[in-house]
Amino acid sequence: MLGIIASLIDGVLVGLVYGLAAMGLTLIWGVMDVINLTHGTMIVAGMFALYLLTTALGVPPYLALPPALVGGFLVGVLLYWVAVHRMIGRPPLMSLLSTFAVNLVLIGIGTGVWGTALFNVAVSLPGVSIGRYTFPGAHILAAALAAVIAALLYLFLHKTRLGKALRAVANNREAAELVGIPTTRLLAIAVGCGVALAGVSGMLIGTLFPFTVLSGDGYQLKGFIVTVLGGFGNPIGALMGGIALGLLEGAVTPFVPVSWTLVIEFALFVLVLIAFPGGIFASRRGAL
Amino acid sequence: MGLKAMLRRPFFWIIALVIAAFAVTPLIGDNVELRESLVLAAVYITLASNLNLMLGYAGYINFGSIVFFGLGGYICVWLVNSYGWSLALSLLAAGAGVSVLSFVFGLGILRLRGPFFALSTIGIVEGVQAFVENFTPWGGSSGIYISPAVFAPLGGPARALWVIYFLFVAVMGLSLYLSYAIKTSKSGLGLLAIGQNEDAAAILGVPTPRYKAFAYSASAFLPAVAGGLYFFKSAFIQPSDAFDLTLSTEAIVICMLGGQGTVTGVAVGAYLYEELRGYLLTSETFSHFQLVVSGVLLLLIVLFFPSGLMGFVYSRFPRLQKVLE
Repeated sequence: MLGIIASLIDGVLVGLVYGLAAMGLTLIWGVMDVINLTHGTMIVAGMFALYLLTTALGVPPYLALPPALVGGFLVGVLLYWVAVHRMIGRPPLMSLLSTFAVNLVLIGIGTGVWGTALFNVAVSLPGVSIGRYTFPGAHILAAALAAVIAALLYLFLHKTRLGKALRAVANNREAAELVGIPTTRLLAIAVGCGVALAGVSGMLIGTLFPFTVLSGDGYQLKGFIVTVLGGFGNPIGALMGGIALGLLEGAVTPFVPVSWTLVIEFALFVLVLIAFPGGIFASRRGAL
Repeated sequence: MGLKAMLRRPFFWIIALVIAAFAVTPLIGDNVELRESLVLAAVYITLASNLNLMLGYAGYINFGSIVFFGLGGYICVWLVNSYGWSLALSLLAAGAGVSVLSFVFGLGILRLRGPFFALSTIGIVEGVQAFVENFTPWGGSSGIYISPAVFAPLGGPARALWVIYFLFVAVMGLSLYLSYAIKTSKSGLGLLAIGQNEDAAAILGVPTPRYKAFAYSASAFLPAVAGGLYFFKSAFIQPSDAFDLTLSTEAIVICMLGGQGTVTGVAVGAYLYEELRGYLLTSETFSHFQLVVSGVLLLLIVLFFPSGLMGFVYSRFPRLQKVLE
């Protein structure tokens, strides 16, 4: 019994990081109805930023966070101008294809340079022990950082002028334009923020689990599941969806081999999409 | 359109000519090298034309068409290897099995519209691959080997390769005819209407869920048979090969390159892509960056030429639109 509770708590810790990863996806989705299929690869980019900074430059792991954030933002703005800008106002399938194409390019370069070998960043932090169970320090710190970043994003969206403008664009782009909001620039900023979140969450996941160039697919799928659970275009819902997914993984791991989790999660994904097309935690569309 | 009306259309005979050309050219001088590159072209044409039923006609992107190919391969190899079924029967079983499965799945996931459907197809690949990797009767992650003895009924390995090649060409031909037949049929019109505006189509009485599920399951049959042939030919199947996303990605690139929704464009696109790929693989610098080239190509098409090759041809020679579907 205690084992299950421990597994659930660890699930919540990891789930917070999944939630953070999905926030980037859902932010872009909510603001411009674009599904960013490079998301998984951007998460992996965050992992590799962590790996390169810690092994090549000897930076302590958690100091890789600011560069991942800033780098992710710049990459995101670039992504907007290359692949998304011309797709605004076109059928949604076209932006799916364009981000998919960029993803192919990135994956191709990644596998060309690094192959598909497994990378690992060792983080040694003292864990917290309760009875016979020890919660790894890296999990606790990653979850705490994810929660802080999520809170900062909330404050940014609700308390700053730029964040409010972003929400206005998500709500009604024409109306936002009429009151003088430079929508194009804001769309670019939104993609920048989304990718920055992907990069940071990738960096945090990199401190928890080993990774390859192709790990992004699995995390992207988790991102979709979390988005579906939390409601589309709703970053705070995404955090709750992440916790829900983490809880589910925590509840399932003691009983089912790890390799089956993805099958279960995917079945859940389709079922939720069919049963709750708006998401379980969604209060209303456009809750951004 | 009935069979008789079809026989009078020039396009019917153009397809027949293409099939004949595929069947005859490698026979001249017993050209095995040409045959192997044509096998790949036939696989591309099969996958891309069937993908086109969803992508081009109904406007639904299926990122996971490789699942049909891989599952078909698994069912065929498994039946041949474990139960000693003949190749023909196993291929039919693979096609039928995968079609039925995708019909059942389709009824569920086709309730999802547009981008959500696309996302769920990505999930299907991951889910099916994870399932197969854990499924012990299919050898889990180490896969299934076929003993060379199964080639004996086909007249030994060398002759078997020719038999398999002609079967590939037949599957390719059937794919082209299927695309053509659906496009000119009432259900094809319904699918095109769904692609234009699904709500309007539903209001006007197009039974959208049924048509979509039908198209999805029809687009599964021939790729599954092709997968069966492909993995029977290589005598080995494992999850990472069977569900390699490269192939379904290439099918999307081909559809967009040739012109989504056209039968000719997809076939020409497949052939052109195969040629390009052949060049890239022999070129020292590009062989490692094949995905990058596919990606850049797809991005350029989506950004600047969304109607593809046939869009260009139709706009230059409008009268060709009546002949080349």
